[in-house]
Amino acid sequence: MSRIVVGPFNRVEGDLEISLELEAGRIQSARVNSPLFRGFEQIMVGRAPLDALAIVPRICGICSVAQSAAAASALADAMGVVPTPNGLLARHLIQATENLADHLTHFYLFFMPDFARPAYAGRPWHASVAQRFTAIRGDAAAEVLPARASFLKLMGFLAGRWPHTLAIQPGGSTRAITAGERIRLLALLREFRGFLEKRLFGDRLAVVAQLDSKAALLAWAEGRSADFPAFLTAACDLGLDKLGRAGDRFLSHGAYGLFPAGVWQQGATTPFDAALITEDTESAWLLSGAPRHPADGETIVAVDKPAAYTWCKAPRHAGQPAEVGALARQLMAGNALLIDMLAQDGGSVMSRVVARLLELALLVPVMEGWVQALQPGEAFCAQGAMPDEGSGVGLVEAARGSLGHWLSIKRGRIERYQIIAPTTWNFSPRDRTNREGPLEQALIGLPAGEGAPPTVQHVVRSFDPCMVCTVH
Amino acid sequence: MKILWLQSGGCGGCTQSLLCAEPRPLFDELRDAGIEFLWHPALSEQSGDEALALLEACAAGEIAFDVLCVEGAMLRGPNGTGKFHLMAGNGRPLTEWVERLSRHAQWVFAIGSCSAYGGFSANTPGNPLEACGLQFEEQTPGGLLGADFRSLGGLPVVNIAGCPTHPGWVVETLEKLALEGIADSDLDEFGRPLFYAGELVHHGCARNEYYEFKASAEKSSDLGCLMENLGCKGTQAHADCNLRAWNGSGSCLRGGFACIACTEPGFESPGHAFQETPKLAGIPIGLPTDMPKAWFVALAALSKSATPKRVRENSLADHTVVRPAVRKGGK
Repeated sequence: MSRIVVGPFNRVEGDLEISLELEAGRIQSARVNSPLFRGFEQIMVGRAPLDALAIVPRICGICSVAQSAAAASALADAMGVVPTPNGLLARHLIQATENLADHLTHFYLFFMPDFARPAYAGRPWHASVAQRFTAIRGDAAAEVLPARASFLKLMGFLAGRWPHTLAIQPGGSTRAITAGERIRLLALLREFRGFLEKRLFGDRLAVVAQLDSKAALLAWAEGRSADFPAFLTAACDLGLDKLGRAGDRFLSHGAYGLFPAGVWQQGATTPFDAALITEDTESAWLLSGAPRHPADGETIVAVDKPAAYTWCKAPRHAGQPAEVGALARQLMAGNALLIDMLAQDGGSVMSRVVARLLELALLVPVMEGWVQALQPGEAFCAQGAMPDEGSGVGLVEAARGSLGHWLSIKRGRIERYQIIAPTTWNFSPRDRTNREGPLEQALIGLPAGEGAPPTVQHVVRSFDPCMVCTVH
Repeated sequence: MKILWLQSGGCGGCTQSLLCAEPRPLFDELRDAGIEFLWHPALSEQSGDEALALLEACAAGEIAFDVLCVEGAMLRGPNGTGKFHLMAGNGRPLTEWVERLSRHAQWVFAIGSCSAYGGFSANTPGNPLEACGLQFEEQTPGGLLGADFRSLGGLPVVNIAGCPTHPGWVVETLEKLALEGIADSDLDEFGRPLFYAGELVHHGCARNEYYEFKASAEKSSDLGCLMENLGCKGTQAHADCNLRAWNGSGSCLRGGFACIACTEPGFESPGHAFQETPKLAGIPIGLPTDMPKAWFVALAALSKSATPKRVRENSLADHTVVRPAVRKGGK
């Protein structure tokens, strides 16, 4: 048995370290360490409740809006405010823009460059993939950066800027869209659709959205000249459709009133119950104690705690770890392609990437509908009063999965603020029963160490980790 | 010109913002200006041992590089150990890496308000993270590298402050350095490049007519000026946010929310709620930079009394309810 430490894990958001125990070049066990602690939950304590809207986006530069939306939802819950119809549409649009931009950034800048590595020089697809996806120098970057920047111009209209906007408020949005701006939003969405159809998919979004089985997906991709088919070719060749399975227990808070909340296991969906969430600090450099519900959670640093190996808490639903993300969202939504992929191979590197790109095909047309549904002249923000005492919960979906904020207010100030981010779920450490988190499970049995292919890199990045959110 | 980039106690948002650079794709723009990333944690291929070997060679002075860009606050805690951020795969504090690398850098850039002054990481009551900027701790010179630090190129840390930074601020500072160099006289008292920090956020604000007449917004989404009631610091914050658009056409003010002065040291702890203007006897405490209080009060009273109905009514709505009049007969 030998032990190696892998890090820094770049091309993820934030810093990540993984300790592996190897036997004959295969991973026997893994420990995932989120090595950066910033203490945002403590920063909030004692502040005016609405200050959370200025502070939480700064948890994360890539899930900034998702953090805003979770805080705004939790505050709205405490205030008893319901966003106006325009406010809700604007919030959906802002969140979807960030989610889809994140999916695009992940695929092109974080995930695909690993396939351009010299380790794959002998594979038939390598030369073209290296030409297109080599980090920084590949052809694709010169196309995807302008497409991304242009798509994020939606934020210039809807949210002032990205990242770190204060536009999302409990009652909706600070930024009313005019009739003329609606037309420009539609034009930006059409431009983005054009990039996706030409470069990413090589086909119309509607065709991609209707693929209903793994066989149909691979038949569609055969011989198609575009970036998603190029990924599928490489992934099939490397067996990534069968690698990286975690516990196959998935969780989603639900999003946009479009993708339902739920917990998926053994092929069936059961209701998601936020009351069943706990966080365990056994493996974290935090004060130990019985697992707590986040409404009652604590984050107290214990830096020299023996046997701890990360700053990340271990969230559990009904005592179990759960994988979150686009795959979880789309399983809960009953997507036939992903249900088939799960039935055949379980969760995998390929199914996670397919789910993310599928959301691009599914959501851009929905966003066009939301823009058309905006009613210029009608209110974008409902008003309400902040109670002196109260509590609230905000459950949203970030690009990377389920994000929850739990807050309580006392004497007009924030008394407690707890956050569970998507990668807190996915990169959870062991809990007190020694049960591993999803990534720790997904790595077992994979090749690693001297001379091994970059399989671990693919599996880790298939979760699209956001380490700055994880510990916050 | 070779850039080595590190991230520590921050959110990575300055890199995400940088990727929005316009009008040209970021990598093409930098390459054609002779600028390349030796390593960037979010963008480079090299991972793990390969990345560590490169960083070690740079820190030992064996591989030359020009600019050390640091994103995120320096976390010196707990108790000076730096354990709140140890380099993955290596176990040494990021603060130690930054100190070692800064000795071999021709120039050191703080990317964003966290690495410039500490930012939100320095905001926990009592600052248990012992967070600071590279050469400032909020407004106080010092920080990780000390008030007297000069990089090999002879400059203090260049503070491209902002939370996040505008992509143009970073690209233009890098390109100016590559093209003609940067002198002390190009920076303000807080180390910020004057080409953007020599302006106020107020300059070019689309709400200027409301400001002129002190027609103030009272609630979120109102079109009026956000200074009197909703916490806007645009008249005091140094940046060109309303002269240089964000994400095509945006800015905080255009987005309908207050400027919280995110380019200023200490902006994270304003001593009042971010979205409320603190007042004394009904007069905002934070008056426009360079404006004597008596003049402001007199002008505000005068302009309020002269506010046109159109401006007054629109200031309290989220869309135009009274159009500018059209003169009969034209012209």
